[in-house]
Amino acid sequence: MSGKESGYLDMELLRFTTAGSVDDGKSTLIGRLLYDSKAIFEDQMEAIERVSERSGHEEVNLALLTDGLRSEREQGITIDVAYRYFATPKRKFIIADTPGHIQYTRNMVTGASTANVALILVDARHGVLEQTLRHAYIASLLQIPHVIFCINKMDLVDYSQETFEKIKSDIDAVSSKLSVKDIRFVPISALKGDNVVDRSEVMDWYDGPTLMYLLENIHISSDINHDDFRFPVQYVIRPQSAEWPDYRGYAGRIASGAIKVGDEVGVLPSGFTSKVKSIDMMEESLEVGFAPQSVSITLEDEIDISRGDMLIKRNNGSEPKNSQDIEAMVCWFNERKLMPRGKYVIKHTSSDARCMVTDIQYKMNINTLEKNEEDKEVGMNDIARIKIRSTKPLFFDSYSRNRITGSLILVDEATNETVAAGMII
Amino acid sequence: MDQYRINHLKELEAESIYVIREVAAQFENPVMLFSGGKDSIVMFHLARKAFWPGKVPFPLMHIDTGHNFPEALEYRDRIMEETGTKCIVALVQDSIDQGRVVEEKGVNASRNKLQTVTLLDAIENHKFDAAMGGGRRDEEKARAKERFFSHRDEFGQWDPKNQRPELWNIFNGRKNMGEHFRVFPISNWTEMDVWQYIYMEQIDLPSLYFTHKREVFNRDGVWLAKLPFMQLKDTEKVETLDVRCRTIGDVTCTGLTLSTANTLEDIIHEVASTRTTERGGRADDKRSESAMEDRKREGYF
Repeated sequence: MSGKESGYLDMELLRFTTAGSVDDGKSTLIGRLLYDSKAIFEDQMEAIERVSERSGHEEVNLALLTDGLRSEREQGITIDVAYRYFATPKRKFIIADTPGHIQYTRNMVTGASTANVALILVDARHGVLEQTLRHAYIASLLQIPHVIFCINKMDLVDYSQETFEKIKSDIDAVSSKLSVKDIRFVPISALKGDNVVDRSEVMDWYDGPTLMYLLENIHISSDINHDDFRFPVQYVIRPQSAEWPDYRGYAGRIASGAIKVGDEVGVLPSGFTSKVKSIDMMEESLEVGFAPQSVSITLEDEIDISRGDMLIKRNNGSEPKNSQDIEAMVCWFNERKLMPRGKYVIKHTSSDARCMVTDIQYKMNINTLEKNEEDKEVGMNDIARIKIRSTKPLFFDSYSRNRITGSLILVDEATNETVAAGMII
Repeated sequence: MDQYRINHLKELEAESIYVIREVAAQFENPVMLFSGGKDSIVMFHLARKAFWPGKVPFPLMHIDTGHNFPEALEYRDRIMEETGTKCIVALVQDSIDQGRVVEEKGVNASRNKLQTVTLLDAIENHKFDAAMGGGRRDEEKARAKERFFSHRDEFGQWDPKNQRPELWNIFNGRKNMGEHFRVFPISNWTEMDVWQYIYMEQIDLPSLYFTHKREVFNRDGVWLAKLPFMQLKDTEKVETLDVRCRTIGDVTCTGLTLSTANTLEDIIHEVASTRTTERGGRADDKRSESAMEDRKREGYF
């Protein structure tokens, strides 16, 4: 068997997040995806059968697969993000399974931050609810490129095309307020398996793809920004050994764009310019490096560069902003409320700085998508637009252009906890 | 844009290397835990890639229960010598001799749980502020909720309900004196990914992972190795069978798989068709529904 024959050297990685409450059948859907792709093992199945029986469930409770902590099993709710894995011959999938209730907005945001695709479940009997809107807004705020609305429990509405079309047009009406590039709708029954992995025989009026087909085929490689070369320096490699006396490699993960040996690069904040001498990955020397590779870049000239600096390519027009003043949408994560004019540590790419929140512009009502400019108290799970001033300049792009150089977190200096996630405007 | 595509293994590799470099940059005195098992071997391979052509800028540490497969120790010593890496060995026997822990009694006695104390003591004695481990989220359901950067209080404990949110690729390793972090660079890998990567990179492994004839006995449906420190019940019969390890841990709780898989290709086929988890052979997880969560709360790997 060669790697090619077994296919796995061509597999692509897709990360998706699922939002919805237990009642939407989210756990059943995940259970079905895992089960139908044979990612559930016999001993896991036996274990949840045992527990289901003990807690008096009639059917095997697939939610037990995703509820990992004792308190979650005891309360029958998902509290924290759980990561699940499965693969088909085409792709390896990472599911960030997040609880859908409003008090867990922060977990949804966490799961969404790395996702290529969001699955939002809608109960066909209930149609578009407040929480549907909330989930869609978060997907849009976190700039998840593809959103799939799974209209679930179609079996309970007689597989009605009319119901499906009604929900679809209701969502279309609100999605104009959102900025999602690619929205899809699939009528499914997670319980019966319709249009999940196998095409539904009952819903012959639906000629679109099944959910699994979408997950396997949605085009994701162009979701990464391939235009703007951004390379936050993470670590400087200087062996100073007999074999490598002069090696000075700038190690990091390419945030966006691509770079070739011989390309001219600019260094921020110093403003110097040099040429790429080599792009290394152990013994392997690359001719071209691109996001999201982790590499070590050496330059022709000896320049003083350290962690927190950034290499960029200037010749394609756009440069990152270089400023101490940042405007961002933030999601607040902590029980300690945002302190107006409060001081925090800001972490952005490989940079750390101290900062102050200089203004709270408005709070977002995520159930109605209305801006609230009166009540500016920002507490746990709130989303607000704020202004920040940092003690040193940061090099950033807008989040809508670049998810890596456009994102930041705030850390409370007193507790060291991560208190907010920010998307730079 | 298809010329800028990498496969899932290369993407996982890039993510793990990023995490390992982040540890070296954010912490003063990190350590990488090394058991001689495939996950820590892959993690160490990634660390070497992360800092090439420099040396790995932190030591390795093996928490040694004393109940080892000799092949695993030979492998450990050989790799350390070949790569010029320092490996600290912390012995559970020392913790027992110092009265820090008491050995379990009976035929099912295992030193697996005792390792936690040895590990926490070693972290404290060496003043390590971050310990990287080869834990993966697909291994077990409590692990599925683990962060890449997992904060531990001054007692080394994990509080799963009060974890820091982890977004994008921004990791918050800030902490108070006496606290430390556990970091899991290969969190997002599955057992299959590990094997495929070993195959892709042609990584050298201990011979235990390939089929060999061994004296074994069956206890509660799990095949265990007959080694000098194993206590047998009267009813347990020793047989010589073709087996291999699917995981390598403390001998007393590492189940062996009946297998004739002799190459990495064979193993990948076997893993692809197998219907039980690798931890299904681990007696330590069978102790209760939340055995792993309980051990992790106390400070286990």
